[in-house]
Amino acid sequence: MPTSVEVPTQPGAPAPEPPRRPSIGTRLISLIGELCIIAGAVIGLYVLWQLFYTDIVADREQAEVVDGLDWAYTGPITAGEGADEGPLVIPAELHLSPDTAPVMDEPAFGETFATFYVPRWGTDYVKPISEGVTRTEILDVLGIGHYPDTGMPGAVGNFAISAHRTTYGKPFNRIAELQDGDALVVQTEEAWYVYRMTDDLIVQPTQVEVIAPNPYDPTAAADAQYITLTTCHPMFSAAERYIVHGELEYWAPTGNGVPPEILEEIPQP
Amino acid sequence: MIFPAVWNVLPGPAWLRVILLIALILAIVAALFHWVYPWFSVTFDIQDQNVEAVP
Repeated sequence: MPTSVEVPTQPGAPAPEPPRRPSIGTRLISLIGELCIIAGAVIGLYVLWQLFYTDIVADREQAEVVDGLDWAYTGPITAGEGADEGPLVIPAELHLSPDTAPVMDEPAFGETFATFYVPRWGTDYVKPISEGVTRTEILDVLGIGHYPDTGMPGAVGNFAISAHRTTYGKPFNRIAELQDGDALVVQTEEAWYVYRMTDDLIVQPTQVEVIAPNPYDPTAAADAQYITLTTCHPMFSAAERYIVHGELEYWAPTGNGVPPEILEEIPQP
Repeated sequence: MIFPAVWNVLPGPAWLRVILLIALILAIVAALFHWVYPWFSVTFDIQDQNVEAVP
């Protein structure tokens, strides 16, 4: 018996074909197909990154920044049942006139100098305010930014701040829910400043007069202590800007409790 | 073209290749999330919320 391992071939059967490279056309089409799959995955991941991942990273970062400010109020933010419970509330005689409000010097770029409380957005809402409005350094990371050379909290002029409405922790996500008369509370190391919203408007991105010292008459000198919030509009777009103006109602030195406004429970949607 | 080439370049038995492939994909996603997407978003101004007060 022969011990050959040679595969016997049937007479007349075709010889086994050597593996052939597919033609250039087939390879080109499969390359295009694969590139389309990769492009789809990269674009889909971009959406996931923008909508979810930036929030996760920025929320963590902003919470850390607030925790790192030893003067910022992060205590209980709900009023107690009885008069003696809950955090100490600033007494009415310490609600001081806006005209006597202390004004801090403008800090260096990137420095976090204030915190922001908005009861309409929940009593647990607290976000840091930092100097500057660039995206990479401030808005994408630290949250709310203060337009350089606009007024500081309490100043006669316009304390103008900006933040994302969607993504990156979205500090101003619910800006459209604000109503006239709502409290907008700013705390610095020295003082609490309680502003009241006066109106909202939607403008073109080029209308910089909304952050003028006197937003109601940009050519006139400042006549009151204003606050201005700017963010994008509509949501997920940069076509227009949503603007909220407010005016200082009173200020109080820190160390005497918290303004009653930030404990106000407003029903959340 | 690309996918079979990657598969052939990876060493080892099939299970090892699968593990390496997953690690490779995770590394690419991490690079996209940390460098490519932030750069793209800022460079092309996908979302801007400032009034144009700063240059």
